Amino acid sequence: MYADLITFFTTNWLGMAIVILAQCLAVTVPLLVAVAYMTYVDRKVWASIQLRRGPNVVGPFGLLQPFADGLKLVLKETIVPSSANGILFVIAPMIAFMTALVAWAVVPFDNGWVIADINVGILYLFAISSLGVYGIIIAGWASNSKYAFLGALRSAAQMVSYEVSIGFVLITVLLCVGSLNLSQVVLAQSGWFWNWFWLPLLPMFVIFFISALAETNRTPFDLPMSEAELVAGFHTEYSAMTFGLFFLGEYANMILLSALGAVLFLGGWHSPIPYAPFTLVPGVVWFALKIAFLLFIFSWTKGTLPRYRYDQLMRLGWKVFLPVSLGWVVLTAAVLTFGGWLPKP
Amino acid sequence: MASLDRTARAFLLSELVAGFALTLKYMFKPKVTVNYPYEKGPLSPRFRGEHALRRYPNGEERCIACKLCEAICPAQAITIEAEPRDDGSRRTTRYDIDMTKCIYCGFCQEACPVDAIVEGPNFEFSTETREELMYNKDKLLANGDRWETLIAANLHSEAAYR
Repeated sequence: MYADLITFFTTNWLGMAIVILAQCLAVTVPLLVAVAYMTYVDRKVWASIQLRRGPNVVGPFGLLQPFADGLKLVLKETIVPSSANGILFVIAPMIAFMTALVAWAVVPFDNGWVIADINVGILYLFAISSLGVYGIIIAGWASNSKYAFLGALRSAAQMVSYEVSIGFVLITVLLCVGSLNLSQVVLAQSGWFWNWFWLPLLPMFVIFFISALAETNRTPFDLPMSEAELVAGFHTEYSAMTFGLFFLGEYANMILLSALGAVLFLGGWHSPIPYAPFTLVPGVVWFALKIAFLLFIFSWTKGTLPRYRYDQLMRLGWKVFLPVSLGWVVLTAAVLTFGGWLPKP
Repeated sequence: MASLDRTARAFLLSELVAGFALTLKYMFKPKVTVNYPYEKGPLSPRFRGEHALRRYPNGEERCIACKLCEAICPAQAITIEAEPRDDGSRRTTRYDIDMTKCIYCGFCQEACPVDAIVEGPNFEFSTETREELMYNKDKLLANGDRWETLIAANLHSEAAYR
């Protein structure tokens, strides 16, 4: 009986499809819940930094607030401007949302807990995060509005610029690991928490985090949404659930980059202390805690820093981060080669 | 040397770290928000809120239809019509305030020679329709009956300064 089931789910096309669907749901549903509560945590953190209370009326401690907000977005009317390109206008938020979800396929949640354990995981992530720009560009173009268009231009330029330095950060990690497989990246960081790459590659971790802020259009790099200049940037013309998809995609992207940070620099599913009481905790819990930590820094940043000017943003990206990360790649490569620490294939 | 110092500080993100430490400290300070619908801040006795038409203790309405409030109202929110009552006293037949026009300047209560029209301490009178904000005489008198205790106390405490 069990043998039958196992053969059904591992060989039959229908069984395999069911397994894949179940895996996708097992990732997507908790992710969307996490996105919902990330909005809540964000608002609570900003509120406490400003000595306010934040949402506290809907449900105990305002815990049902995200669902109230979501319900509002679903129930509202989707307005398509008469001068907008209808099809592209509707497709754009779907692209933005889907690219944010699809990237999760290669993220390892625990040893072996990954939907697609492919050997080009990092390249895949990089490709998908570049595709995300299309959602924004198309949104800005299809809206046929100057604010949306300028916001989309800024957003695209910004994301492309900072992807370059993120690329160099990834290359440094690759040099130390010797594999593009994200599970291998985590396995290379076993042991005490000072063995994780955040300490040996500290400058790269900082650059990665700041670039992640720019990548997700968060403060201090939220120029595409700078209200004073561009109303709401590329989603100026969006309402109801089309806006909701952008919003979900943005937060899913934030969580994705936090997960990537956890995988690359904070030892993925490893416990910080490799001994009994800590190693008994499931790896996925450690992973979630690390993501939560990075997300908290995201909110903390938004509560602390003012917005950069656009030329400052570009200067930082091209004239500081690019040379520094490039230099660090060379330095890491040199140290690995001449120190004899190159990872064995 | 100074430029080296500046560069080192820039690369070590010292300013950022200081700023982040400050906001982290603030995160654990007590909240200053008044939790509004459940707790409310103090109100001055001079607070100018929702209007009310007062009565004398014997139940007779104070307003003598002198129309000073109507005349002084800068937003022209007040409309009064008056004619002599059967007993010969002059009373309003119509006293309307358009609360959507009112700017809550308090000139009406300052103009009133008999303390009939006052702005009470109530500020929670939002409505779901615009029509409900066109107050008529009945509504204003009902407000007066409802808030009389507080209004009288406030007027008494302010009497020395008027």
